[in-house]
Amino acid sequence: MKITLHVWRQKNATSKGGMETYVVDGVSADMSFLEMLDMLNEQLIAEGKEPIAFDHDCREGICGTCSLMINGVAHGPDSGTTTCQLHMRSFQDGDAIHIEPWRSRAFPVIRDLVVDRSAFDRIIQAGGFISINAGGAQDANNLPIPKPDSDAAMDAAACIGCGACVASCPNGSAMLFVAAKIGHLAHLPQGQPERAMRARNMVAQMDAEGFGACSNHYECEAVCPKEIPVKFIAKMNRDFMKASLCSES
Amino acid sequence: MAFQLDPKIPSGPLEEKWTKHRFDMKLVNPANKRKFRIIVIGSGLAGGAAAASLGELGYNVDCFCFQDSSRRAHSIAAQGGINAAKNYPNDGDSIWRLFYDTIKGGDYRAREANVYRLAEVSNNIIDQCVAQGVPFAREYGGLLDNRSFGGAQVSRTFYARGQTGQQLLLGAYQSLQRQVARGSVTMHVRSEMLDVVVVDGHARGIIVRNLITGEITRHAGDAVLICSGGYGNVFYLSTNAMGSNVTAAMRAHKRGAGFANPCFTQIHPTCIPVSSEHQSKLTLMSESLRNDGRVWVPKKAGDNRAPNDIPEDERDYYLERRYPSFGNLVPRDVASRAAKERCDAGFGVGATKLAVYLDFKDAIERLGEDVIRARYGNLFQMYEKITAENPYKVPMRIFPAVHYTMGGLWVDYNLMTTVPGLFALGEANFSDHGANRLGASALMQGLADGYFVAPYTVGDYLARHGSLQAKDKVKTDHPAFDEAEKGVRDRLQKLMSIQGKQSVDSFHKKLGLLLWNHCGMGRTREGLEKALSEIPRLREEFWQDVRIPGEANEFNPELEKAGRVAEFFDFAETMCLDALNREESCGGHFREEHQTEEGEALRHDDEFAYAAVWEYKGEGQKPDLSKEKLEFENVKLTTRSYK
Repeated sequence: MKITLHVWRQKNATSKGGMETYVVDGVSADMSFLEMLDMLNEQLIAEGKEPIAFDHDCREGICGTCSLMINGVAHGPDSGTTTCQLHMRSFQDGDAIHIEPWRSRAFPVIRDLVVDRSAFDRIIQAGGFISINAGGAQDANNLPIPKPDSDAAMDAAACIGCGACVASCPNGSAMLFVAAKIGHLAHLPQGQPERAMRARNMVAQMDAEGFGACSNHYECEAVCPKEIPVKFIAKMNRDFMKASLCSES
Repeated sequence: MAFQLDPKIPSGPLEEKWTKHRFDMKLVNPANKRKFRIIVIGSGLAGGAAAASLGELGYNVDCFCFQDSSRRAHSIAAQGGINAAKNYPNDGDSIWRLFYDTIKGGDYRAREANVYRLAEVSNNIIDQCVAQGVPFAREYGGLLDNRSFGGAQVSRTFYARGQTGQQLLLGAYQSLQRQVARGSVTMHVRSEMLDVVVVDGHARGIIVRNLITGEITRHAGDAVLICSGGYGNVFYLSTNAMGSNVTAAMRAHKRGAGFANPCFTQIHPTCIPVSSEHQSKLTLMSESLRNDGRVWVPKKAGDNRAPNDIPEDERDYYLERRYPSFGNLVPRDVASRAAKERCDAGFGVGATKLAVYLDFKDAIERLGEDVIRARYGNLFQMYEKITAENPYKVPMRIFPAVHYTMGGLWVDYNLMTTVPGLFALGEANFSDHGANRLGASALMQGLADGYFVAPYTVGDYLARHGSLQAKDKVKTDHPAFDEAEKGVRDRLQKLMSIQGKQSVDSFHKKLGLLLWNHCGMGRTREGLEKALSEIPRLREEFWQDVRIPGEANEFNPELEKAGRVAEFFDFAETMCLDALNREESCGGHFREEHQTEEGEALRHDDEFAYAAVWEYKGEGQKPDLSKEKLEFENVKLTTRSYK
């Protein structure tokens, strides 16, 4: 296949970026999207040009490192798939593909297609945990958890923290990410003692990082590679409201 | 001068060693803990758990990772599960049995005392993870579910769908972020450790490159923990993440840490086969698939019919044929070698003929497609995304791939390397898996080291050797930091100045292929000698002709890769030398000269029941070999048989 790529190039956080056009020939349908970019980079290096910087690591859809807006869609055209698991058989010979970084005020560009997602870590630091030190936990089976609760917690915990939800949201909202962590812990008995505080603090941090609010576009759910449902946002809102109304401080 | 290897195994009966040792270790008074700074390299299960636990205890911790968040370490990709000796199913499991299975599975090349401790703390890990909110799979009664995994005859594996590693890592990550918020841990992301600083024989700091700005910084500490994972990417194609590397361990090695058993690499039997030369990585299909899938090849060599057109009596279910009692559930090393044997003999399938079938037809007929979907749905989906074939209808094609490395930095019972104050945890050390790791044991070891071993043993080291007074501490203006930083800068400068013609990846691919051919699933004296003569030539070419675009003082992924590949070259030589030295077959190390008449691995316990520990002597110099003799006081060495 012969593919024309229009790629966002930006030297560093402070410089101005722009789209540049490249042609890659000899792309096979069995290649992954990132292998196609590897091929382009090898070509650029051979021509004495600077390769395109993009984030990636596990290349099996679980670490959450890879990103990319592909033709305006976070992680590209396949639903429930990260960019690293997208294969070129989803495209046709002669296609033109536009590749941009995640776009959000809270995710500043580092270089080309690489962005800074450290805001997500700071949101977790605000309360996305259960306060327990290593050592001395009771026997695991002393705390039976109904399977439906455990399964619901796992549905939310499947979030890989890639940031596609933010990138695709017209408001740059991180609510699906935050709701996934709050929902994971709120469905478990271990998460109850800190439940109200967690919702309050994580939402406050989300706002402080400059993420927008949710206005029910549901673009996040559509692009989420782990298909985390937006119902967790409704649950988070309920937790947040309750925590705000019942707050003692 | 060879190493004086003292494993520091506590005296007394096996089951009392750890308890006794915990009492014998010295403690750091709570008010003094904050006077110590501990450096942790890596934020996976071992590093993340250690950094969080040490922070909880009140130490100051600096944790470094090359990823953009500590949540992304490659522990996250483990699918199948984590073992523990809980015996919840009442099927005869015990700490002793988990210990025994691990020693036997490792083909009697691991240290008994360490392995027993691992089995002992395995139960604490499950308790800890549940308390953190890890959503393990449960039964309808609300209790934890277990499954049988990777050749174990008991059900001792806990799991969270096909994402166990992810959920355990998120548990450690959350604990770590809690400590970051408390101020006890400082997290340095997109930071790569490029050297260890050793002062008066003790590890006292590291040199780090900021991957965004290229800035080189010095960090002093009272102890350094290497938790940087394994070296599987030396083969280029592996199931490791693209960034996984041996740099931290290799730098430690070059500063005096012995490297043990580098030839012990695990080739996982069930991976998606290579499809083209552009392949950048290999994807594992969880071993749990072998619980229901049957492995076969056509009985006729070169049979090009579609798999569903080959009738039952023309199929060779070779694992069931060769190993009637374990069948498709034989351990990883045995299953991988058997696949290679069939493919080498011309029975391989698919376009490349380097694949065998893993067939779910019988399981679907017996249990129904819904049950199979509930068990393996996410794996089947992943397979279909990569290959565009539907495994519910067509058998999967699988082939072995490099997955895990049992070798690593030599450590004593306290997880300390041959350099005092320098510790190695998780896959980065060599201690628990011998020559072959059992399924669902990597996660167990990473968390055991991080949550339950290092917090005690590092404290003991600090209580004995740490300086409480600020004036006695090594500071970053010490000449040893000057020397180490200069070395790092010179090496980066040298790489940038080559400006040759070939890309970093092209060298990495050549090195990887060379090792796969000569130090992969089957090894011979001739092949290893060939590799040992080729590696220096290829390394020379790398240092003459590699092309790295851009600058050193900016975000430069090609420069990062070049630094890692340079270390892989040096490491590869030691790996091949170790494979050449070990004139026996055991676990993942199969020397074709040493096999039984049936083609099974043939150990030579009288000569090789030792850990081979290599001491670095400089580039191009042959490293020195020291031996830690392995004493087996509690298990009898037998030939592993899965027939």
